[in-house]
Amino acid sequence: MKQLMQGNAAAARGLYEAGCRVASSYPGTPSTEITEEAAKYDEIYCEWAPNEKVAMETAFGAALAGRRSFCGMKHVGLNVAADPLFTVSYTGINAGMVICVADDPGMHSSQNEQDSRHYARAAKIPMLEPSDSQEALNFFKNAYEISEEFDVPVIVKMCTRVAHSQSLVEVGEREDEIEVPYEKNISKYVMMPGNAIKRHPIIEERMRKLKIYSDFSKMNRFEDGKSNKIGIITSSTCYQYVKEACGDLYPVFKIGMIWPMPDEKIKEFAKSVVRLVIVEELDPFIEDYCKSLGLKCEGKELFPIEGELNQNIIAQKLVHTKTTGKKLDENIPARPPMMCAGCPHRGLFYTLSKNKCTVLGDIGCYILGAVAPLSAMDMTLCMGASVSALHGFNKAIHGREGDMKVVAVIGDSTFMHSGMTGLANIAYNQSNSVVIILDNSITGMTGHQQNPTTGYNIKGDPAGKIDLESLCKAMGFNRVRVVDPYNLKECEDALKEELAAGEASVIISRRPCALLKYVKHNPPLTVNKEKCVGCKSCMKIGCPALSIKDKQAHVDATLCVGCGVCEQLCKFEAFESTSKEAK
Amino acid sequence: MTKNIMIVGVGGQGSVLASKLLGHLLTAQGFDVKVSEVHGMSQRGGSVVTYVRYGERVYSPIIDKGEADFIVSFEILETARWLEYLKPDGQIVTSTQQIDPMPVLIGAMPYPENLLDKIKATGVKVDALDCLKLAEEAGSSKAVNLVLLGRLSHYFNDIADEAWQEAINSCVPPKFIELNKKAFELGKNS
Repeated sequence: MKQLMQGNAAAARGLYEAGCRVASSYPGTPSTEITEEAAKYDEIYCEWAPNEKVAMETAFGAALAGRRSFCGMKHVGLNVAADPLFTVSYTGINAGMVICVADDPGMHSSQNEQDSRHYARAAKIPMLEPSDSQEALNFFKNAYEISEEFDVPVIVKMCTRVAHSQSLVEVGEREDEIEVPYEKNISKYVMMPGNAIKRHPIIEERMRKLKIYSDFSKMNRFEDGKSNKIGIITSSTCYQYVKEACGDLYPVFKIGMIWPMPDEKIKEFAKSVVRLVIVEELDPFIEDYCKSLGLKCEGKELFPIEGELNQNIIAQKLVHTKTTGKKLDENIPARPPMMCAGCPHRGLFYTLSKNKCTVLGDIGCYILGAVAPLSAMDMTLCMGASVSALHGFNKAIHGREGDMKVVAVIGDSTFMHSGMTGLANIAYNQSNSVVIILDNSITGMTGHQQNPTTGYNIKGDPAGKIDLESLCKAMGFNRVRVVDPYNLKECEDALKEELAAGEASVIISRRPCALLKYVKHNPPLTVNKEKCVGCKSCMKIGCPALSIKDKQAHVDATLCVGCGVCEQLCKFEAFESTSKEAK
Repeated sequence: MTKNIMIVGVGGQGSVLASKLLGHLLTAQGFDVKVSEVHGMSQRGGSVVTYVRYGERVYSPIIDKGEADFIVSFEILETARWLEYLKPDGQIVTSTQQIDPMPVLIGAMPYPENLLDKIKATGVKVDALDCLKLAEEAGSSKAVNLVLLGRLSHYFNDIADEAWQEAINSCVPPKFIELNKKAFELGKNS
């Protein structure tokens, strides 16, 4: 019987059925659930690696050892893993290796809108693009076959709407695991120039063979239409939008193997239609390719390069219909995401805001520190950039703008991912930098994944635990101190002292995420109406549990976890604990 | 003919269970079903939307403006925000709960007044009820999702009550089944 399954869960099922042995990934929306779901199958060894580069190299090592392997990441994660990617293309693999990259058109939870299809072309690696959950499952299995037949890792490219949509899936049985004996092969696996030079022509020949494979692959298929006035080439979730908008009106060439593309099939299709239209999200990848084949086609002049497409956008251009609804003539306040009530980051960001610090930020929940009223962030770029950029910032202004209070903030998981190397640069090249590690004992934004500092692995079992204090001290930091972000005075004292210290330092702001199941909450606070004067001092922290009602502070008891940060801002002692003993 | 249900609310209100339950229910009825939600950043107290589509053959996993047959909403401001997605003859099932977004909390903007009346004045069909109160009556403020689904079940004459009960049994952790069934009944019979 068919079951409703999320694209990422179906991808994990594909790994299971294909006999995958080792999966190593770093969490990143919208790719995270593939590895989380895979970890539910005892037959697959799964882990969270410290970053995507490590994950890909781990997967490569497993493939080299002769077992089918996997690594998964979001689009920007592939940038981190690009170094091994380009050379594993040269070495090839021993047993099958599949890489999943999940793009995020529309930037639901990302810092850019890059189109990862370019990587397949640049690294000369085949790429498959499923359009729903069943295809995700099937394509993962196909990917291993291609990987082993052509001695190459294969990328499966997902996007938010494939990864996070559920559709009906027919599951199969697990294949027997492949065990390829490892054999030493220096000319294939040791990529010194003399060997790599000999590998390059092999890679080019492989791409020629893959092109023929693509031309015969069932993953690339024609679908008939009633009128050949328009013929549509599309892939991924856009295929679903096209079918929704046009039904069987126009013939469709659906591309499942996006690299290398099936030249002959594309040319054949183009000949059979009057207007050739390319429907794809983000960059004109298929469109430019068709043009390089000398084909006349339309694409980005019809559909935007930015954001997601949908059936309505396509229908407007190709079948000239448009659905609209009734809009309310009302100024509706936005509802952006915000730090949760009791979030341990809040107290620290309030301290930075109060002290008018320039804050170089990083990737994680704490990016919400940039939102009003805290507005305590000046920059975020990519994983780890806070620490490295702080070093550069301080080297540039050193001694000239002595009043500037510049700090870096980085989460525990992000620090392990790529903050450590930036910290090494501070220790080595000696900038007077204050790095604040926001240690909430979890990878928060992606939905609570363990990391090397938490002491637990992906299954929640005890694992190695890296001690941040010892690590920073071992790197050469004399000044390493821990503060409780619920204690505003402690935070402020530490910040002022470290900024004045005259040498580099690390402040670890430590308290577990308020949403973690094991975290015990205090009872909600109440407001003593006799004492509250309505000065709004407590509103400076942007807590969702606090509002002003009838000119006095009001606590939403369903949200408040009794963290007591607001209490410390009140000069009139208007906040009261309903149960003091619980503290 | 494909039917479209949008579930809208504030991150953390329980739309994930609501969509899971609907997905299970409609799959068991033999429909082709697609459910689409967004994870990650928006879940941190932001505006969230889930699409549920079902019919003989469903292609797109998402719903665009003017396409929703139903908007099931946990919060009245969110009902207003997503109103444009409703078909002209679509049905709204909404909780009357108000949750202040950050611009309102910090006093930068007011929470719009009389929103329910303004929504009704556009001529759309609105079924509004105090789901939070009913959920608390059932035993937990977290059961708003089941109150809403109970109310929504009114509009699905072809689906027997037993099918809803089976979906609850399958999707809800055992120790919360009774509570959720009570919430469902309260929503249905209110």
